[in-house]
This record gives sequence, structure tokens and C-alpha cells, in this order.
Amino acid sequence: MIGSTAFLAVTSTKIFRAAIYLLFSLIGIAGLYFYMDQEFIAAVQIIVYVGGIIVLLIFSIFLTQDSGSDMLKPQLWRSIASGGAVIFGFLFTWLCINEFALDSIKPAGNLGTTRELGQKLLSTEAGGYILPFEMIGLLLLAAMIGCIVIAVKIKNDSQMNKEATL
Amino acid sequence: MSTEPGLYHILIISSLVFFLGIYGFLTRRNMITMLMSAELMLNSANINFVAFNKYLHPENADGIFFSIFIITIAAAEAAVAIAIIIHLYRQIKSIDVNDANNLK
Repeated sequence: MIGSTAFLAVTSTKIFRAAIYLLFSLIGIAGLYFYMDQEFIAAVQIIVYVGGIIVLLIFSIFLTQDSGSDMLKPQLWRSIASGGAVIFGFLFTWLCINEFALDSIKPAGNLGTTRELGQKLLSTEAGGYILPFEMIGLLLLAAMIGCIVIAVKIKNDSQMNKEATL
Repeated sequence: MSTEPGLYHILIISSLVFFLGIYGFLTRRNMITMLMSAELMLNSANINFVAFNKYLHPENADGIFFSIFIITIAAAEAAVAIAIIIHLYRQIKSIDVNDANNLK
């Protein structure tokens, strides 16, 4: 399911359908996290990707173009060349994976509950993740301010352009 | 090959998703779909982090934290990229990468 919807997401000619296929692919990846008993990361995946990024993408699709119309088909030589490169890369990776006896590895235990993860995320001792956590907070603030700055600038520019044409 | 899906199958799935992302990134000429392909690639990296953490080093949860930080940075990156795309669309009325050939 993940593979087929991801394939449809990169080959669909209608951009809105591509976004919906990507949505199902991301949900499938969240299911993979549930399979690996990682409820917390699966929940984060669903909330951030499915609830955030896909909605943002669909908004931007509606803002920027006519969603019913077909996109330009990729040129034939380009899709053949990249398809060949991708198939070669995938087979190469497959061979590399086959080099290792991965089948004998069994999951050796659980990684801890969400409570333990949260305590480790905010721990200041060795192995704690408080510094990256704070840096991520700073990065998100910077990204938010950057988005606002760009958006405000657009408005002024377009208004000025309108006034100039009037 | 065992019948129960294990690390091997998860790695196959994640490399498949990664190379599909590369294919989309190379063939698409539309900025939003290129962004979607980049998201696919980041997701495959996340799958690998979580799988290796679970199957090889379950004693500490470092892969989980890496995945969380990757997801956060991907969200910030998508937000900034979409703001830039919308800005560009208002300037040149197109989101095709071949039309965006000016720096100003």
C-alpha cells in the first residue's frame, strides 16, 4: 500500500490527486510505526504530516493553480533516464541489504513508553536531548517569523503593483 | 526468508519510498509536487531511523528522537517552501521551476 500510493503520488498527472495519494502513503508509514510498536512516533507522524503538511499542501494547490487541470507530462527522455537511475539505485540498495543476515535479527525489546521518551527529551544529563529540543523551538520560531515576513512583503508588493498599474 | 515481516522488509519498503521520491523529484517540474517528493524521501529516512533503533539498539531511544527532529524540521521546511512558492506565484504566475529563472 505504501509503495503503490507513493508511486501514484509521484506519477499522477492531477496535482490534487497526487496530494491525496501522498496522504495515504504517509498514513501507511504511520501504520508501519504502529507495527514497530512506536505509538508516539506514529501519532506524531499522523498529527504533523497528515494533519499539517498535507493540509498546507492542499491549501497551496488551491491558492496557486486550477486543481482539476492536468499538469505537464514529463518529457519522455527525462522519465526514462530518471526511471533507469532509480531502478538501478533500488536494485543496488537491495543487493546491499541482502549482504547482511537481517532476517535473523529479532526485535530485542521495547524502546520505552511515551513517558520515558518525554523524560529523556527534557533531561539535562548525559544522553538527554534538552539542547536540540530548545534549538528546534528556536528554529520553528524563526521559520514562523520568516513565513510572516514573506507573506507581508507579498501583500505590499502586490498592492504597490496594483497602485502602479492604476 | 522469514514469513514474518522483519527488519529486511522494512528496509526494502523504505528504500522503495526513497527512490520513488527521487524519481518524482527528477521528473516533476512543478514546485509543489517536488516538495511532496522531498517529503517522501524524508519519511523513508525516518523509517530507517526507527527500524534500526528498534531492531539493533533498543537500549536507548536515539533514533526516535532523530525522527522527531526530522519531522519537525520537515514541517518548518514545508511551511517556508510553500510561503516562497506562493510569493513566487504572485510574481510570475507560475510554479513551474523552468519559469523561475530570475533571482529577483
